[in-house]
Amino acid sequence: MNPSTPPSMQQGAPLLEVENLTKYFGGLRAVNDFNMTIYPGELVGLIGPNGAGKTTVFNQITGIYLPTKGSVKFNGVNLVGFEPHEITRAGIGRTFQNIRLFNNLSVLDNVRIAFHATSGYGLFDTIVSNGKFSQKENEIVEKSQDLLDVMKLSRFQNEIVKNLPYGEQRRVEIARAMACQPQLLLLDEPAAGMNPREILQLMDMIHFIRDNFHLTILLIEHQMRVVMGICERITVMDFGEVIARGNPKEIQGNPKVVEAYLGKGAANVA
Amino acid sequence: MDITTLLISFVKIVAVVAYFYGLFWVMGIKGKKIRLGAKEIDISLLVNTLGVLAGYLVIQLALTPFGSFAVLTNFDRGLLFQACSMVMVALGLNLIYGFNGQFSLGQYGFYGIGAYTAADITFRWINGDSRGLIVVGIGTILGGVVILFIRKFLSGLRRMPVLSSFTLYLIGSLIAGVVAVFAGKFLAPFVNPLLGNALAPGVLNQTVPMYFVFFLAVIFAGIFAAEVSFLFGLPVLSLGSDYFGIATLGFTIVVYTLMVNSDTILPFPEMKGGRGMIGIPKLTTWFWAFFFMMLVIITMRNIIRSSTGRSIMSVREDEIAARSMGINVAETKLMSFVIGSLFAGIGGGVYAHYIGFLSPGAFDFLVGFNPLIIIVFGGLGSMTGTITASFGWIFFLEGTLREILGKISTEAPSWRYVLYPLTLLLLMLVRPQGLLGSVEWGFLKSKVIPLRKAKNTDEVKTA
Repeated sequence: MNPSTPPSMQQGAPLLEVENLTKYFGGLRAVNDFNMTIYPGELVGLIGPNGAGKTTVFNQITGIYLPTKGSVKFNGVNLVGFEPHEITRAGIGRTFQNIRLFNNLSVLDNVRIAFHATSGYGLFDTIVSNGKFSQKENEIVEKSQDLLDVMKLSRFQNEIVKNLPYGEQRRVEIARAMACQPQLLLLDEPAAGMNPREILQLMDMIHFIRDNFHLTILLIEHQMRVVMGICERITVMDFGEVIARGNPKEIQGNPKVVEAYLGKGAANVA
Repeated sequence: MDITTLLISFVKIVAVVAYFYGLFWVMGIKGKKIRLGAKEIDISLLVNTLGVLAGYLVIQLALTPFGSFAVLTNFDRGLLFQACSMVMVALGLNLIYGFNGQFSLGQYGFYGIGAYTAADITFRWINGDSRGLIVVGIGTILGGVVILFIRKFLSGLRRMPVLSSFTLYLIGSLIAGVVAVFAGKFLAPFVNPLLGNALAPGVLNQTVPMYFVFFLAVIFAGIFAAEVSFLFGLPVLSLGSDYFGIATLGFTIVVYTLMVNSDTILPFPEMKGGRGMIGIPKLTTWFWAFFFMMLVIITMRNIIRSSTGRSIMSVREDEIAARSMGINVAETKLMSFVIGSLFAGIGGGVYAHYIGFLSPGAFDFLVGFNPLIIIVFGGLGSMTGTITASFGWIFFLEGTLREILGKISTEAPSWRYVLYPLTLLLLMLVRPQGLLGSVEWGFLKSKVIPLRKAKNTDEVKTA
């Protein structure tokens, strides 16, 4: 992908192509025929009421759930059937809805763990602790500290991560996901539990990392302010199906979306 | 009650713990520089090495009798060796349970495998039979190569069912074993004449080659235990943590049963089944016990502070998150299980050659809880805690309590199994995270990376 391409110019090959993605949990249909195409450099939002199946879509893209049907193509390769760690190594990083950090480790260690796949030294170098080991290890520290600087977490570097405030923990998760060196970043409700000031900072930060790290971002969010403020395209889901697509303006005026969020009566009033 | 005995034995516990803290402090010295003319030379590595040497010499000196007096008696010597092998076993288990979060009760099974394998090699050797060393040596090396080869071959195939790959590994290992047995049959007649017999020891049965054989025996025993753990762990590690614990408990029982019947259902009459294996050469000296213990400690510490170590800990903290960070969870679990068993096997080899007598009762699954108790006592995820607890536990239980209770009556030492669970209970009530939690000391401590100044150019402008 070309980093100089201005975002939202939908050109070239798509980065992610999700086709007819379907997931059944027993008899329950969580996601039905979900389609989505994301081009390099885009910032796309996925919204919908609780239980609409947004996180299930994420979990299928990242390999935690095996789709019942459908395909997930990333850079033209079908990822269905890959192990989650293989998908991450292919270039998809993610955060979690309910924060999943390595609680008893320091902030720096949390970020350093994500560099494991690209650490560049093996078990033998580790045991004899040779020059290659210390050199690569220093590189990892350097890169981790760069990321912590970007996420404004430098001063928490050596804190145990579970002692951090909620908003900071969210940022550690984003820093950790970026340490996987992804092309596509999936953010699952990054603003959940944040106060309005933190949300503003977060929106800036997401814009900043998208522009400076040449990332493509897909995010799930409940806070309309965040989604409408930063996403260029939005897909709306309800009961496992896509009910609307478009830019923020179109989505705000879409009666189906209003109905899904506020109920039938509200749609008529609007 | 004799108050001086009590005092002396407590002083010994404190001394031995202080000894390790001192040793790790010296080994942990960094950035020590001296001026030599115009140049500044970093001598920290020299200081560390000298520290280890001094640590070895101090105990060696204390063990050496001057006339009829020695600081550490023969009884203490036994405790010391027992504690050294316990450190290796417990550190291995700490890697599996404390760092990787896999609850395992199989550690004593691998300990037993290591002990019996190493003992069999040297026992046969001093009795003029080189087959033990040849078969186990070729078998473990060939087996290791085969396993690595199959692993390389399988890494290209995705989503291979665990049991299919397990079958492949099993067949490969069996072939390696058969080849080793035939190689032993073929090669042994050439080596055996050099060994002589018990009455007239040959060239290869003198002190120096004997210690070399002992060294090989312990290393091969460790590798053999590691390979067994690989084959066992491959299908079993896919179970959840609790079920894995039960499966490993089963493994310990299987190993115990095989030991009890080693002369009937296994072709090893020299192991004498439930009666116990006697006549193992007592080759473990303080040098070897210290050498193997430091080998295990340094290897473990190097693994823990590296990227591999962090990936092992991330699996303990959150498996799903670890997976999503590009860590191969199945491989990480298997690796820590195999390395932990390797340590246990080496510890078993050292133990067998110190005690000179192996009975299956020493590897029963009930005593198999000992390393578990030690690592919980010392703190899960703390190497310092494990080492402290191993020495403290052995010196307290087998030293102090036995000595003091022995003064009361000959039956009284049995009370120590009442007293030490009470101690444990008390500790768990006062400090549930164990003696040291996850704190490390000196050499074992991971480097704390200092904060650096933020680069202004990379700063994000915030609203």
